[in-house]
Amino acid sequence: MSLTPDDVKSIARLARLSIAEQDIPAYAKNLSSILEFVAQLDKVDTSAVQPMAHPLVGLTQPMREDRVTDHPDRDRYQAAAPQAEAGLYLVPKVLE
Amino acid sequence: MLHKKSLAEMARDLKAKKVSSEELTRAFLERIERFNPRLNAFITVLKDSALQSARAADLDIAAGRGGPLTGLPIVHKDIFCTEGVKTSCGSKMLDNFTAPYDATVVARLKQAGTVLLGKANMDEFAMGSSNETSYYGPVKNPWDETRVPGGSSGGSAAIVAARLAPAATATDTGGSIRQPAALVGATGIKPTYGRVSRYGIVAFASSLDQAGIITYSAEDAAMIMQVMSGHDERDSTSVDKPVPDYVAGLGASMQGLRIGVPKEFFDKGLDPKVAEATREAIRVYEKLGAKVQDVSLPNFWLSVPTYYVVAPAECSSNLARFDGVRYGHRCKDPVDLLDLYMRSRGEGFGAEVKRRIMTGTYVLSAGYYDAYYLKAQKTRSLIRQDFLEAFKQVDVIMGPTAPGTAFKLGEKTEDPVTMYLNDIYANGVNLAGLPGMSIPAGFVDGLPVGLQIIGNYFDEGRMLAVAHQYQRETDWHSRIPKNYEN
Repeated sequence: MSLTPDDVKSIARLARLSIAEQDIPAYAKNLSSILEFVAQLDKVDTSAVQPMAHPLVGLTQPMREDRVTDHPDRDRYQAAAPQAEAGLYLVPKVLE
Repeated sequence: MLHKKSLAEMARDLKAKKVSSEELTRAFLERIERFNPRLNAFITVLKDSALQSARAADLDIAAGRGGPLTGLPIVHKDIFCTEGVKTSCGSKMLDNFTAPYDATVVARLKQAGTVLLGKANMDEFAMGSSNETSYYGPVKNPWDETRVPGGSSGGSAAIVAARLAPAATATDTGGSIRQPAALVGATGIKPTYGRVSRYGIVAFASSLDQAGIITYSAEDAAMIMQVMSGHDERDSTSVDKPVPDYVAGLGASMQGLRIGVPKEFFDKGLDPKVAEATREAIRVYEKLGAKVQDVSLPNFWLSVPTYYVVAPAECSSNLARFDGVRYGHRCKDPVDLLDLYMRSRGEGFGAEVKRRIMTGTYVLSAGYYDAYYLKAQKTRSLIRQDFLEAFKQVDVIMGPTAPGTAFKLGEKTEDPVTMYLNDIYANGVNLAGLPGMSIPAGFVDGLPVGLQIIGNYFDEGRMLAVAHQYQRETDWHSRIPKNYEN
């Protein structure tokens, strides 16, 4: 699968990653190489195979009582925020 | 020479009051100060708090309150959240991040009285096989400082091999404990998926990540695994199964042990000298009474391509949380929300991480999901099925850990796929969720070679015993790189 510079730009936008214009060709080349490599999976017939999402085959999500048990220390966890005020995380305006 | 003692010996000496935790800690801190500039294996060294913990441990030992690990020095890979301590994952994205809580692994080892010397360097967000992608610079292999230690747990591996600490926690998603252990001549163990809690470990690929330990020997690994393992309510993928006594089980006889050697592993991609060293290691087991037979893993060739669809897909999802909003790097003066996301992430992540996020985004995107991700989930089933078949006939599987010995810095950074192939014998184990180890099995042209041991699900006890019995017959695991002996 050969990716064009435009393909790279649209994937980067989906992934919310800014890539410098001059780096785009290198990403296109490397990503194409990776996709070509993984295309080998097409060589095998898996029509009769069940997909496997994780190794815990046969186990189901453990559940617990719907009761509050954690009392997070908001100030402590929010101390890592780039910008916060009055318990709120600050970001550029979202709605016009 | 305190640094030459095994963890088990140190534990005995501490109990017998032949040495104090403070003496041990000072000895390792001194070595770290002297040698780390050459290896770049640490991101953070915790001198003051280590000495404080050591003194507290000495008080516990004196009062008879000590446990099996009280007073023993340890290092954590910088992917484990460590309360009050910088936890960077080897990335600019988390260069400014101090974890507000301890990962379960960190909490359990702290509770057991270990002394934390520092946080180990690693490939960025655990993505790499050479420790060359770290924001903090590459780690060097103590056997040859022009070569890589392997990755992503290159820091943890180099620290143990150079005797800067007797044990270092690590994680393994596609070989990141076993491959560096092999390249530096250390013992590394990745447990069964679900054996050790992932709570507080910064997630790379949630269905593949497992925490383990790198040590000098299987006996030392068993001591640490005893404390690390076990159910954790805070990790819903942690399995509620009892933990056997790994240390007590080390003495098991190898008589009649059925060892399977996958013929597909000995292909043209494997360095012939490494192949020979591996076969020689397996012959040691035959002398101990084990029965060796060929097994086949016909879908083995699908491991690396399957891994490089599944792992990037999961990483693209897991790394979406790094958005410049609640923690981590934020770009300067974002003009709007999209700009905040794009530049914070574009600036915070290195090239390999960006490649993997983009690969993952692509394979999960509309129109491609079935062809790539769903397909890979099916080939993953096939890989697991092969192992299940093999384990019907054998107790353990053995083969090489890596296709070659430690390569030169910069040698494989040109083409990502070349780097990916370093984990060719390791990836399948993660895809299946099986436990795996690498133990030192000799040298090729002066560089360490590892023997890989793959166990059945939750059979860590047997795997550790198998490794230990080899280490009673050989002394590869006791070798120290010349420049680090004193």
